[in-house]
This record gives sequence, C-alpha cells and structure tokens, in this order.
Amino acid sequence: MDIQLKRGLLDVCVLAAIKNEDSYGYQIIKDLKPYVELSESTLYTILKRLESTQMLTVRSSEHDGRLRKYYHITQKGQDRIEEFRSDFQGILSLYQFITREETAHA
Amino acid sequence: MRKQEFLNELGGRLSGLSQNDIDERLAFYSEMIDDRIEEGMTEEEAVAAIGSVDGIADRIMSEIPLSRLVMDKVKPKKGLGAGTILLLVLGFPLWFPLLISAFAVVLSIYIAIWAIAISFYAVNLSLGVVSVCSIPVAVYYFSLGNTYAGLFMIGAGIALAGITILLFLACMVLTKGIVAIAKGFLLWIKSLFVGKEAVSHA
Repeated sequence: MDIQLKRGLLDVCVLAAIKNEDSYGYQIIKDLKPYVELSESTLYTILKRLESTQMLTVRSSEHDGRLRKYYHITQKGQDRIEEFRSDFQGILSLYQFITREETAHA
Repeated sequence: MRKQEFLNELGGRLSGLSQNDIDERLAFYSEMIDDRIEEGMTEEEAVAAIGSVDGIADRIMSEIPLSRLVMDKVKPKKGLGAGTILLLVLGFPLWFPLLISAFAVVLSIYIAIWAIAISFYAVNLSLGVVSVCSIPVAVYYFSLGNTYAGLFMIGAGIALAGITILLFLACMVLTKGIVAIAKGFLLWIKSLFVGKEAVSHA
C-alpha cells in the first residue's frame, strides 16, 4: 500500500483503539491485531507522532509494581477520527468511480 | 535472550541518539515485554516476540532523519566548557574544511550512484532517437531510387528499436538496484553516527 496513505490510516487506527477508554501499548497491538499487524517500533513512532500533534496525552500509572504508560485521546484526536469518517465518504465515492469501468466490462 | 540482555544490546545499538530518546524507547520495549510475560509468556518468548535487536535498530535508524541523528551526535551531553569552546574556535580552520569535504564526498558518491542510472537512460534515449530517425532517412534513399540503402536503413531502424526496448527493460531493473544501493548507502552513513558495532551490521 502507498506509504503516505498507510501512515495516515494507521494513525487513525491507533486513535480508534483508545477512543472509548485509555489503553496501553500491548493492549493497542492486541486490539488491532485482527485488522492490521503492527510492530512495536511502528507503534512507538505513531504514538510519538500523535503525542507531538496533541491527538493524545500520556500518563504513567503503576501496574503490578512497575510503570505502564496509558494513552488518552484528546478532543483533537476525536476530531481526527470524525475527519477521517467524512474523508472516507469521499474516498468511497472515488473508489466507486475508479472501479466503475471494470464492473461495466465484467 | 533475557530481557535485560535485549535492552542492553538495543541501547548499545542506539547509542547515537540522545539519552532521553534511548531511555524512552527502552522503557517502551521493556513495558511490552513485561506485558507479554504477564499474559503467560516466558521471558525468552516475550523477548523473541518483540523481534531481533538488529531488525529493530535498523528500522529505528531508517525512520529517523539523518539531520536529527547528526544533531543528536553533535549536541554535547553536558554544557560546553570554556576550554572546549576555545578549542572549537582555534580548531575552526581545521575542522570546518574537513567537515565540508566529508559532506562533499558523501554528496558526490550519492550523485555518482545516480549518474550511472542517468547515463544508461541517456544511451537508451539516443538509441531510440536514432531508430526513429532512420525512417525518414530510409524514405530519402527510396526517393533517390536507392532501394538497397533504404531497406538497410529500415532494417537498422527496427533492430535499434528492439535494442531500445530491451535496454529500457534493463534500465528499469538497474534503477531498482540503484535505489537499493542508495538506500543502503544512506543507512550506512546513518550507522556511522550510531557506533562501530552498527557499521559491521550495515
């Protein structure tokens, strides 16, 4: 898949994984596993990018005698998901246009 | 591999980054390993699930822009002492030209790699142009009544067109190879900023 397109999609996927409740790294990977295989280093880069663009905030919380980082979605992050929804409607209609020719001939 | 062993090794491979950055990344991987252990994996399994140190380090290096690696390397761990500043100023006539020439060497190697591809395409283009031009020349010979020369020109034109197409396909393969070489070269330059052990892996 096109790298730029995939990068944008993965950002939204990670936001969607923390949309309803705060989550941590391994949980995000597990939640996304049925849909997309995400490596730890990729997830790290995405989380950093989302943090620096204020789409999410990070807090460290003690868990079982060690620290675990929890990620919390911000309003800006929620807006990003909404923006994706409306963008995707446009992409869908483009997709229909692109594949129109093929289905007509088939 | 044990968790601590993994973290030490990864930390070593990332030594070109700032200490903050390294600590944060290691904490991230450490948490990932702990969470897997908590879920029932053994320590070895959890470390294996994360991936190889080489793979992770290479990936991190390729994601970080070269400019930031250089900045992190150049940025002193502690503040600059008066002695160091004096040395930097006095040494300027020495280190500045060295820096410029090192940069020029890297840039020229990069350009040279691409020049190979460009020259191949240039040869390809010229063959294509000659093959097309042979047609009007053939027509000219025919108009003079010189049938043999005309036929020869048409034959030569078709042969050249064939060579052009084959060479173009070869050029595409070559370009792919050159892109790989250019990427590898950039990764190698990056690894220079990350430490000796990374160079042997590059």
